[in-house]
Amino acid sequence: MIQRVISTGEHVFFPRIAQPGTGQTDLEWVEASGSGTIYSFTIVCNKSPEPSYVVALVDLTEGARMMSRIVDCEPDAVRIGMVVAAHVGEVDGAPAVLFSPADEIAP
Amino acid sequence: MSGFPRGRTAIVGIDLCGTDSQSGLSAIELLAKASIGAIADAGLRVGDIDAVFSTLPEDPFSAMSVPEYLGIRPKLVESTRTGGSAFQIHAMWAALALDAGLCDAVLICYGSNQRSGAGGLVRSGGLPFPYEAPYKPRNPTTAYALAAQRHMHEYGTTRAHLAEVAVAARKWAQLNPLANLRDDLTIEDVLSARMVSDPLTVRDCCLVTDGAAAVVMTRADRARDLKRDPVFLLGAASATWHRNISQLADLTVTATSEAAPRAYAQAGVGPSDIDVVQLYDAFTINTILFLEDLGFCPKGEGGRFVEQGAIAPGGRLPVNTNGGGLSFAHPGMYGLFTMIEAAVQLRGTANERQIEGANLALAHGNGGVLSSQAVTIWGTTATL
Repeated sequence: MIQRVISTGEHVFFPRIAQPGTGQTDLEWVEASGSGTIYSFTIVCNKSPEPSYVVALVDLTEGARMMSRIVDCEPDAVRIGMVVAAHVGEVDGAPAVLFSPADEIAP
Repeated sequence: MSGFPRGRTAIVGIDLCGTDSQSGLSAIELLAKASIGAIADAGLRVGDIDAVFSTLPEDPFSAMSVPEYLGIRPKLVESTRTGGSAFQIHAMWAALALDAGLCDAVLICYGSNQRSGAGGLVRSGGLPFPYEAPYKPRNPTTAYALAAQRHMHEYGTTRAHLAEVAVAARKWAQLNPLANLRDDLTIEDVLSARMVSDPLTVRDCCLVTDGAAAVVMTRADRARDLKRDPVFLLGAASATWHRNISQLADLTVTATSEAAPRAYAQAGVGPSDIDVVQLYDAFTINTILFLEDLGFCPKGEGGRFVEQGAIAPGGRLPVNTNGGGLSFAHPGMYGLFTMIEAAVQLRGTANERQIEGANLALAHGNGGVLSSQAVTIWGTTATL
């Protein structure tokens, strides 16, 4: 789910009580498409056996940007501009919205 | 018409201490030591200070605890918490307050024992951001790595360009007896160092040290009667665009690009007039971004600008002549140290690293994750 301003159709992330910059309060929750592209990323490096992982900024199709992790993909294969799709997974046992390369996701 | 009191206030006293992390002092003790040093450097007494602009990383109430500790009853306090840019913002308010006659002598001060006390990065009271923290970014490095990766993607900046920044800082540090890291450093050393958050290695990251710094500012008329050559504040401006890195629209452009033109306009100078530049280099990408945003080169050209030792001793533009946060010291909020190095250069007391004939210096501050940006421009009597 993602917030949307009813009067303008613009999307807002992170969730707020009003649209940043305008103060518009006519916000509703709508289903997010779950698709996006990688704006930037970094491999957070750990010493073996602790795995390294990819933290990315994902530009959502709706126009907002969010931080997430890129999974189901070798860290070295991640590229800026890669099309990714969201799913709910886990980070260290806690539920989190994660992204995978779009072609890795079952339709 | 900015109304900024160009040249009507000045730094008259400076001091720093504790950057070797061996003092055994607490943060407020370090702050007090630097403060007393700066007041003495100015030829003033503690009782002459009537405004205290203070920052202690772990004390949100330093505006009260620092005056209490020093035994000062200030007319004015200021304690803006924007991280490492706070001190440039303090200098701006100090100039306005002094010029308005609200106070006569401002102490701007900072102290941290983050290295010896906490054994690592100081916790400065910020709350974890619930829309980033679950993904375990290794902040602050991860935030700057995201900016570096995007800059490399858009402009062809390379890891070797980033390494040039670290090597230049080290070469300046070799001329600063107080610098923590003074051994030789090569581009290859930086490239082969342990990766922290790709593309930034440990040698692309600033040090974690203790340290305290203080400056005293007065109006220019009084400054001329004091012990030291005044270092006049010609322009000061800040801009704040975000708090968390996921909220910065373009990771290759910082709010310095908005603050710098205002500061230059106040000072009546441009980038080509600046003799020596002190930037907040928490990470190597910072120097590249800020050189662009301050107008020393076009957007995207920062990597190529720093090539071949261009910002190292003997290069075309002296940048971070104390060795910077990368090789001199980085006690959590480093911004006051850029102003002190600017003052040292303009006083002509930088010894081996002195830039001959330096009359105009720029001292920049960065807070958060490229979040709060502040630019100050300082000059000698010759620039008035």
